[in-house]
This record gives sequence, C-alpha cells and structure tokens, in this order.
Amino acid sequence: MPDISINLAGIKFSNPTILASGILGVTKDSLKYVVKNGAGGCVIKSISKEERKGHNAPNMHAIEGGFMNAVGYSNPGLEKAKKEFTNLKDVGGPVIASIIGTDADEFAYMAENLLSEEFAAVEAVLSCPHTPGYGTLAGQGTPEATEEITKKVRAKTKLPLFIKVSPESQPIGEIAKAAEAAGADAISATNSMGPGIHLDIYAKKPILHFGMGGVSGPALRPIAARCVSDIYQSVKIPVIGIGGVTCGRDAIEMMLLGASAVQVGTAVYYRGAEVFKKITDEIEEYLKQEGFESVNDIIGIIHEKQWKNG
Amino acid sequence: MEKWINKLDKPLMMPITRRQKENENVDTFFFEHSINSQAGQFVMMWIPGVDEKPFSIAYDTGTELGLAVAKVGPFTEELFRLKVGDKVGIRGPYGKGFWKADGAKKVVMVGGGYGVAPLLNIAEELVQDEVDIHFINGARSKDLLLFQDRLNNLEAEIYTTTNDGSHGIKGLVTDPIKEILKKEKIDLVYICGPELMEKAVFDICEASGINCQISIERYMKCGMGVCGACAVDGTGEPMCIKGPVVDSKTVRGITEFGKYHRSGSGVKNNF
Ligand SMILES: Cc1cc2nc3c(=O)[nH]c(=O)nc-3n(C[C@H](O)[C@H](O)[C@H](O)COP(=O)(O)OP(=O)(O)OC[C@H]3O[C@@H](n4cnc5c(N)ncnc54)[C@H](O)[C@@H]3O)c2cc1C
Ligand SMILES: Cc1cc2nc3c(=O)[nH]c(=O)nc-3n(C[C@H](O)[C@H](O)[C@H](O)COP(=O)(O)O)c2cc1C
Ligand code: FES
Repeated sequence: MPDISINLAGIKFSNPTILASGILGVTKDSLKYVVKNGAGGCVIKSISKEERKGHNAPNMHAIEGGFMNAVGYSNPGLEKAKKEFTNLKDVGGPVIASIIGTDADEFAYMAENLLSEEFAAVEAVLSCPHTPGYGTLAGQGTPEATEEITKKVRAKTKLPLFIKVSPESQPIGEIAKAAEAAGADAISATNSMGPGIHLDIYAKKPILHFGMGGVSGPALRPIAARCVSDIYQSVKIPVIGIGGVTCGRDAIEMMLLGASAVQVGTAVYYRGAEVFKKITDEIEEYLKQEGFESVNDIIGIIHEKQWKNG
Repeated sequence: MEKWINKLDKPLMMPITRRQKENENVDTFFFEHSINSQAGQFVMMWIPGVDEKPFSIAYDTGTELGLAVAKVGPFTEELFRLKVGDKVGIRGPYGKGFWKADGAKKVVMVGGGYGVAPLLNIAEELVQDEVDIHFINGARSKDLLLFQDRLNNLEAEIYTTTNDGSHGIKGLVTDPIKEILKKEKIDLVYICGPELMEKAVFDICEASGINCQISIERYMKCGMGVCGACAVDGTGEPMCIKGPVVDSKTVRGITEFGKYHRSGSGVKNNF
C-alpha cells in the first residue's frame, strides 16, 4: 500500500485532502462529520471580529461546469466562534482556523484573540471576491497588503500560518514571495475567481442576491493549477492546491504541479461529503498504478523533469 | 466523464398559477410544474431581489406543485404580495422525505401547522398499501387548523386537537397519542410540526419503544449540502440532504434536537 500521509508545515495529515473554508465547517460537529467522511484535515468557515449575517440568498448555485457563490462571510463572530471551536481533539484530524479582517490590524486582532493552541494552523484569507470590506474588494490582493497583513498576523501567533490568495492577484508568484518574506509557512492557492455574473434571463437579474460572486469548481481548476505551478516555482514554502479538485485525477494534477496537499470545497456539491474518501482512494489507485511508494514522491515532479530535460 | 459534472442546481422561473387561502395566516401557492417529489421533500423558492427560502412540498399531483406558506416575516410577506401570474424561482426537490417502512402496518401521524401537508402526502400513499393510519392534527385554535378537508377525505382515523378546545379534543397532540398507544400496538409514528411538539411526541415514543420518522427543520441557505448552515450538533450532518426526515436512531444522535437551532450566521437560539 502506498503511503498517503503528508507532513505540511510540521502538521501531519492522514491524507492530502483537506476541507476548504466555507463549505460545511460552520460548527465543530460538522468538521467531525467531514473527517469521518475521509478528510485528512479541515479548515473552519472564516471568522470575522463581529457576527455577520452575510448576503441574502440565493448565496450559491451551479453553472455549467462550475459553481458561483456570494455568501458574504456569514459567521457568528469571534467570541461565539471561540466557544464553538474548543476540544478540537474530538474532530479526529487537524483543524485549521480561518480568519478575515478589514485591515492588517484587525487580522492581527483576530490572530491574537481567536487562536488557541488547539488549532493546527491558521489560514488568513486575503482573497474573497464578493464581500465589500474584505479580500480583493478591499485591496488585500496586492504584494504590499499581503506583506503587511502576513507580518502583523505572524507577530501574534506561533501557529503555522497559511496565506490564502486570489487567482486574480497577478503575477501570483510575487504575492507568494511577499507572504514568504513576511513569515508565512504555506500558501493556500486559490480562493474562488471573479467576481463573475450569471443572470437568470427571465428574472432579468443575477441569481446571486449580491449580484455577482466567486466562481469555483471545475471552471476554476486550470487557473488554480497554473497559480499553484507559478507559486511552487517562486517560493520555498509549501503550497496547498485549491480550486475545482473533484476527483483523484485533479488532486494528482495539483500535486504534480507542486501542491503538497489539496483543499476540497465545491466537490462536496458534486459528490457529497464522501468525496474526501473517494478522492483519497483514487489517489491511492494512481500511486499503485504508477509505482509510487508515497504520495510525497509526486509533489512538483513535473517541474524537475522539465528542468532535467533542459 | 461521471454524471456529477452534469449537476446544475439553479432556480427555474415560473408563474404562480393559483392561490388558495388555507387559514388566516397560510396560503398555498400553486405552480404548473412536474417536480416528481417524495412526501417530506422541500424546494428553495427565490423571489428575485428579495431572498430565497425553503418550503416543504404540500401538493405534488404530477403536474401541479403546491407550497403552503405561513406569513411570518419579510420573505413570506413579500410572497403574499405576489399575484397569480407573478413569477418566482423554484429549485428542488431536495432532501430525504418520509418513507414506507417494511412491516409498518399500523402507524400514527402527528402534525402541527404546515407540517400536516407532507404527512398527508405520505398518508395518501400508505392508504394504497392498506396501512392503518391514525392521524392527529393539532393547532392552537379552530381557525388555525390546516387541511381539514383533505384530512377528512383520507381513509384514516382522524383526531383533531386545539389548545383552547374550540374544535375537537381540548389539549395537545400528545393526549390522543398516549391514548392510542395504550390501546393498540403501533409500528411507526410519523411526526412533522413545531420542534417542541415533535420532541414531546418523540419522547413518548421512546418511552414506549416505538420507532419514529421526524422532519427536522433547520436554517437552510443552499439545500445542497454545501453551506453547512443546517448541520446539527451531535452528528454534524446537514439536514438539507441527510434530512429533513430522519428516524429515531438518527434523532438520538442529534444532541440539539428540541433544544436549540442556529441562525443564518451560526448563532445558537434556544427553542
Ligand atoms: C425543510 C424546511 C421546510 C419548510 N417548509 C415550510 C412550509 O412548508 N411552509 C412554511 O410556511 N414554512 C416552511 N419552512 C420555514 C420557512 O423557510 C420560513 O418560515 C421562512 O424562511 C421565513 O422567512 P421570512 O423572511 O418570512 O421570516 P423571518 O423573519 O426571516 O423568519 C421567521 C422564522 O423562519 C425561520 N427561517 C428564516 N429563514 C429561514 C431559512 N432560510 N431556513 C429555515 N428557516 C428559516 C427563522 O428561523 C424564523 O424562525 C420550512 C423550512 C425548512 C428548513
Ligand atoms: C459556498 C462557498 C463558500 C466559501 N466561503 C469561503 C470562506 O468563508 N472563506 C474562504 O477562505 N473561502 C471560501 N470559499 C472559497 C473556497 O474555500 C475555495 O477556495 C474555492 O471555492 C475554490 O475551491 P473549490 O473549487 O474546491 O470550491 C467559499 C467557496 C464556496 C463555494
Ligand atoms: S442548507 Fe446548506 S448545507 Fe444544508
């Protein structure tokens, strides 16, 4: 049997599939449910300083070959989240906190006040495409903002720090370098792309109440894959591949391009929460077929080959 | 390519074809739409520019879909302003409905409020299979009782309770069920209504060792098992796909049942 466990920024995951933020993950018990379904680890739904209701619904819908969402960061706020996410051992796998802020100081405040040592790591999200005041709509997708936010969060926590970037921030290698220089331990690439618009032509309105939203799922995958490739070649810290990973093939593609692990979100829509177990089995099958002893042996190898081939 | 890539959940705009007043506060909105649902499933209804909310399927004739809606807040008030011919978006059916259980020959159904409609749908199917049905319909007062006509057409033993005694038995739905359980061996109890009522009936059934199917409503945003709003504590399962209808074994694992539910932002609210 090939070894499918991975070690990322000092954290051990039983397999490389990690729940992406904002899909399930509102409660501790929903994380438990995801791990029971085979996830190697999980990221909680992003938490802000105050409670947020989020945008009115529709908050999400499918499109041909993809998915659109504008949830608007609904969450119970820092104080309630602190109570929710305790005794995290019950979850059965590493739990990664996800924090958002309107500026670098608020990110630092979140890191200082939310993060208990029970979390395995923290992911700071600089990249939401559809929530005014946060992410790319607040200018957090530039190298300068990335460096400032990373530095301020770094100063407030000893946990491994992941910076979650937008596929719209280009050249993305420069964003990753800024995060690395400021003390990040890994890059999560990517958030959903866009924002995009999808109308109902009979309602003559966008379906998403917010009017536009992030595009995820298969439509995002080739773009996220190229971002992973760029980042892998730009920095020494690990990169986590996120965007449309729906089956083993997609996870392997991300890893061949340099991802040390993948996060899985929209695939829960397509294949249910069991998707984690399914992807893991499909990865294992590939490793056997191709004669790899460990999933770690495939990370980034297409680049080595390219370099070797001169 | 596997079939999953073909999933395409988005609302379909359709006109309201008729509207039926059920009581002071509840109207049924009808659509000419073949939804092919199971009793107890629900749809998401979108009013463009307003919001999108879950509603149980009250009628599914094969060609007509009916949703019985109680006016309780901003969305439903907006819906009540719409007229025949106005369009809303519908997607679904979603979730797991009530099912016929092997060997269940004598059943009790306990409904409150708009929860009576999904029960009527499964009851109408069970009648075909010659299942004996006791049907308890409860409300606070006579004018709030729902679907009495439809209920009277059902081949079943009907019990009506009102808190104030303005119709039927004065008291709660738990009164007739206690009486029934004393007299007869019941194989299964179907429950759909306000959660505290559901909990009271469930507790009685647990004490008597009788299995139940219960519809559990939680805040729902997506209906597709993605957003996590409807995940219940204990099992962590999203009720929009693993429910709304669950059996006693599952309910025993849901630690929040009858205690609290969460708002759209994930904050706990006690019942
Ligand atoms: C599976 C399911 C089936 C339902 N079936 C019916 C039905 O057949 N008939 C009917 O009248 N109502 C039904 N509801 C409840 C209905 O969704 C709410 O009454 C409606 O969303 C209220 O919206 P509002 O803006 O009018 O009121 P609000 O003031 O927003 O809310 C009033 C109440 O409705 C609840 N509610 C609000 N939004 C939601 C939501 N997105 N999901 C769940 N609950 C919510 C609130 O918690 C509150 O208790 C069902 C709910 C679920 C989950
Ligand atoms: C419904 C939904 C909600 C999301 N919410 C968040 C969030 O709160 N925080 C975050 O960092 N990313 C959020 N995302 C982005 C995902 O974590 C992920 O980066 C993106 O969807 C791409 O991966 P996927 O194609 O596997 O879904 C959300 C995505 C979706 C579809
Ligand atoms: S309503 Fe979104 S997961 Fe159930």
